[in-house]
Amino acid sequence: MTITITRTLDVKGFACPIPIVRTAQAMKQLAPGDVVEVLATDPGSVKDFAAWSKTTGNPILEQTQEGGVLRFLLQKGGRR
Amino acid sequence: MTITVDRPITETAPAEEATKATGGLTIFCLSGDLERVWATLILSTTAAALGKPVTVFFTFWGLFPLVKNDRGITGEMWMQKMLSFMNRGGTSHLPLSKLNFLGAGPAMMRSLAKGHHVASPEELLALAQDLGVKLVPCQMTMDLMGLKRDDLIEGTEEPAGAATALAAAEGATTLFV
Repeated sequence: MTITITRTLDVKGFACPIPIVRTAQAMKQLAPGDVVEVLATDPGSVKDFAAWSKTTGNPILEQTQEGGVLRFLLQKGGRR
Repeated sequence: MTITVDRPITETAPAEEATKATGGLTIFCLSGDLERVWATLILSTTAAALGKPVTVFFTFWGLFPLVKNDRGITGEMWMQKMLSFMNRGGTSHLPLSKLNFLGAGPAMMRSLAKGHHVASPEELLALAQDLGVKLVPCQMTMDLMGLKRDDLIEGTEEPAGAATALAAAEGATTLFV
């Protein structure tokens, strides 16, 4: 599927719980179906975003790592 | 930017159902120690980020983090004033439960936290308010310690008692910190 990244959120360097909290804040301003790209360096965020996705119902579309920077593509769930 | 991805890598229930399936979080903040208040704020902001309704009931020593940082002496009677002098309110003045060393411990801990990009209690409290965490001051503690509504930060809920706190705990995950 083809998606458009609505917003990029840079939380590189920030420790728990800032990556998740800032993502939740950003998600509030988006509409269902919108995608946010999150860049993080906290190694714990891999597990935390999985838990966040499961709890909130916002799917993780893609997860990659490049030189210590984790990149998540998160979609806002719910009906459009 | 438009890109192509495979189907989602996480299996999630529809957002409406996922949020409904999770109960809230209610924290009883009894301690005014830096590390405990820090934990309370980390857990409450995270739970709010997870879409949970969060209530924190601030009572006894745990009420002092809600006092404005620029408040010096609070209270009406000399004992209350003495108490606030010995135990100054506000997130900026929280002691550590161990290795406090007259405030040198917390200063070092905050310096370490800053170096590791850990959000400070001040930042987390602001985030908690932004995310809609309900901060409930204990009315009885306010009376006991001589704290007025004006001594507390803006944006808290109406001061309330144990029944309100227990009602918020009904069906929620409850932590006593």
